[in-house]
Amino acid sequence: MIRALSITKSIHDWLYSSMSENMAHLVEMVLIALVYLAIFSVAGLFLVLIERRVAAWFQLRIGPNRVGFQGLLQTMADALKLVSKELTGTERADKFLYNLAPYFVIITALMALAVIPFTQDFQAFDINIGILFLIAISSIGVIGILLGGWSSNNKFALIGAMRSGVQTISYELSIGLSLLTMILITGSLQLSQIVEVQKNGWLIVQGHIPAIIAFMIYMIAGTAETNRAPFDMAEAESELGAGFHTEYSGMKFAYFFLAEFINMFIIAAIATTVFFGAWLSPFGITESIPILGVFWFLAKAMVLVFLMMWFRWTFPRLRVDQLLTLEWKYLLPLNLMNIVIMALIVWQNLIIRF
Amino acid sequence: METKTVETNFKSEEYFINMGPQHPATHGVLRLLLTIDGEIIKKVEPDLGYIHRSIEKMCERDSYQQIVHLTDRMDYLSSNINNEAVCLAVENALQLEVPERVKVIRTIIGELTRISSHCLWWGVMGMDVGALTTYFYGFRDRELINDIFEETCGARLTMNYNVPGGLMFDIHPNFIKRVKDFIVHFKTKLPEYDRLLTGNVIFHKRTKGVGILSKEDAISFGASGPVGRASGYSCDVRKHHPYSALDKVTFNEALKTEGDTFARYLVRIQEMWESLSIIEQLIDNIPEGEYRVATNAVIKLPKGEYYQRVETARGELGVYIISTGTKNPYRLKFRSPGFSNLSLLNHIAVGGKIGDLVATMATLDLVIPDIDR
Repeated sequence: MIRALSITKSIHDWLYSSMSENMAHLVEMVLIALVYLAIFSVAGLFLVLIERRVAAWFQLRIGPNRVGFQGLLQTMADALKLVSKELTGTERADKFLYNLAPYFVIITALMALAVIPFTQDFQAFDINIGILFLIAISSIGVIGILLGGWSSNNKFALIGAMRSGVQTISYELSIGLSLLTMILITGSLQLSQIVEVQKNGWLIVQGHIPAIIAFMIYMIAGTAETNRAPFDMAEAESELGAGFHTEYSGMKFAYFFLAEFINMFIIAAIATTVFFGAWLSPFGITESIPILGVFWFLAKAMVLVFLMMWFRWTFPRLRVDQLLTLEWKYLLPLNLMNIVIMALIVWQNLIIRF
Repeated sequence: METKTVETNFKSEEYFINMGPQHPATHGVLRLLLTIDGEIIKKVEPDLGYIHRSIEKMCERDSYQQIVHLTDRMDYLSSNINNEAVCLAVENALQLEVPERVKVIRTIIGELTRISSHCLWWGVMGMDVGALTTYFYGFRDRELINDIFEETCGARLTMNYNVPGGLMFDIHPNFIKRVKDFIVHFKTKLPEYDRLLTGNVIFHKRTKGVGILSKEDAISFGASGPVGRASGYSCDVRKHHPYSALDKVTFNEALKTEGDTFARYLVRIQEMWESLSIIEQLIDNIPEGEYRVATNAVIKLPKGEYYQRVETARGELGVYIISTGTKNPYRLKFRSPGFSNLSLLNHIAVGGKIGDLVATMATLDLVIPDIDR
């Protein structure tokens, strides 16, 4: 199940030659987890910085540019500050659940990261139900938000948590169905297979009209899934103060905060994998240098991340009932219809392949 | 054996929540006691008193020149118009005729104050419905007006530029040029406001048909300013009781009949255009002359009662002075626009969602120190 990274082939060989097989297996898993943890934290902090710079650009400001080159160390400094803060909580909170909630959010974000195919061999797990796994994992994250809001013994937090629950359950349907539309072309849930199919053209080109509709629905639902504006019901600053994380501070708050950004990256990464050919370069221009796949993957994901930031800093927030109306009355029927159209296209073999 | 049941006013599903005194949407220390059923507002009770400074009582202690600077601290976003209200009241009581130059400058600065107040409101309105970027756009243009004020009188917010009998100083030599530059700048920026927020579909959904106030209710609640005018109640003091140089200019009173949140939004946007047009008509024709007529060092109003109304950015501000002929007023009462506008919040917000309440409150444009003097 674990495919060793080609760069770390020698480490892999050395581990298996120096200790028993089970032991080596265990050590290797721990090593991979550590590498992903490092990627996770760096990516999260980097995304926070990008968000702040992009927001500043939209808002006629400069943004953080003092700590390190162009503010590169700013979020690092912020994280250090949050780590060094005393862990405080409310008196009457349900202590166990209150402390547990941030881990739910952060662990699910990390687990989802493990199946993302950054390039040919840079993928921790390539399970045959990759897409299903991603959707399932992303819905566990909402438990953390629900628990956090429920256990903090704060009415604002409770409203935020309930909104978040309603929202995530609704928009998961759209995420699942829009990805399912694309699965009709690939015929496989395995992420490496999905990328393989796209060597004949990215799926958004292969599936043309229904694929573009599916992509639009996916981006709307994905933004809602990550609780970001214009769907930031859960924390709706002007309505609920800070929403579900009102009572969290220090590192516990930082976990929620980082998880939001990692989730945003995951949504973009899934879209990159399913619609835009993951690590495949446009027109195969750099197929001979496999390591550039990472660059292409990140570049595509970053464009989508930028798109989500663009949403956030431009649109007003929807009201909670309008949010549900949008999903159940517009996106869901459109999505179901879209699947039928896609099925017809696959059946009649109207797919555009190069 | 007797059993006691505790009677409550609440149904079992309703719950009670404190919005404020520290809350991002109340823009100050306003406390709203909300009774909510799920997301739906059942009752809104504003609770005031967190920033009460006894300004009216302090006025009874101070001389008339000193009262002027206290009014800066009421509605700090239209401080110059507040100053003007007291000065006009005192001048009318003394039957003092101020020079034309003073009238024109007062009107220009008053309209600039209105634009700057509406700029801030527009930014905050966007922020309240979740579009944070508007805040910075509003502040960008507001800064330019504040810079003009700073050059004119040294203060950016609490100006204290008017005194009974005229102005504290003459305008700066750069004033006319800078105001003209601002008009050119702002005429390109107002359409940008429309592009960013007014035409947005989500914004329409959030504001249209929300917080509807009928014309009858607007009158009976004493609504004034853009809140009243959005309900079709023609209540612009500048039009009906012109003061300073407002009788020399032509402008349209921004009127809408829908009475919802979006209408109140449009009225304010329209008012910014009208204020620009008023300034344009006056800026080239500032008459030469004195900037102040001398008054006694100690102003004593003749015995009697005096009332002066002006149109601030929020609505009608009334200054009611009872004088017994001494150097202090016997009683001074401010009729603040925000207080009447806040009183109708419960009437129009009940039945809406929490998000509606926030959007509605944003278009009432509450400045808490104005309500809670």
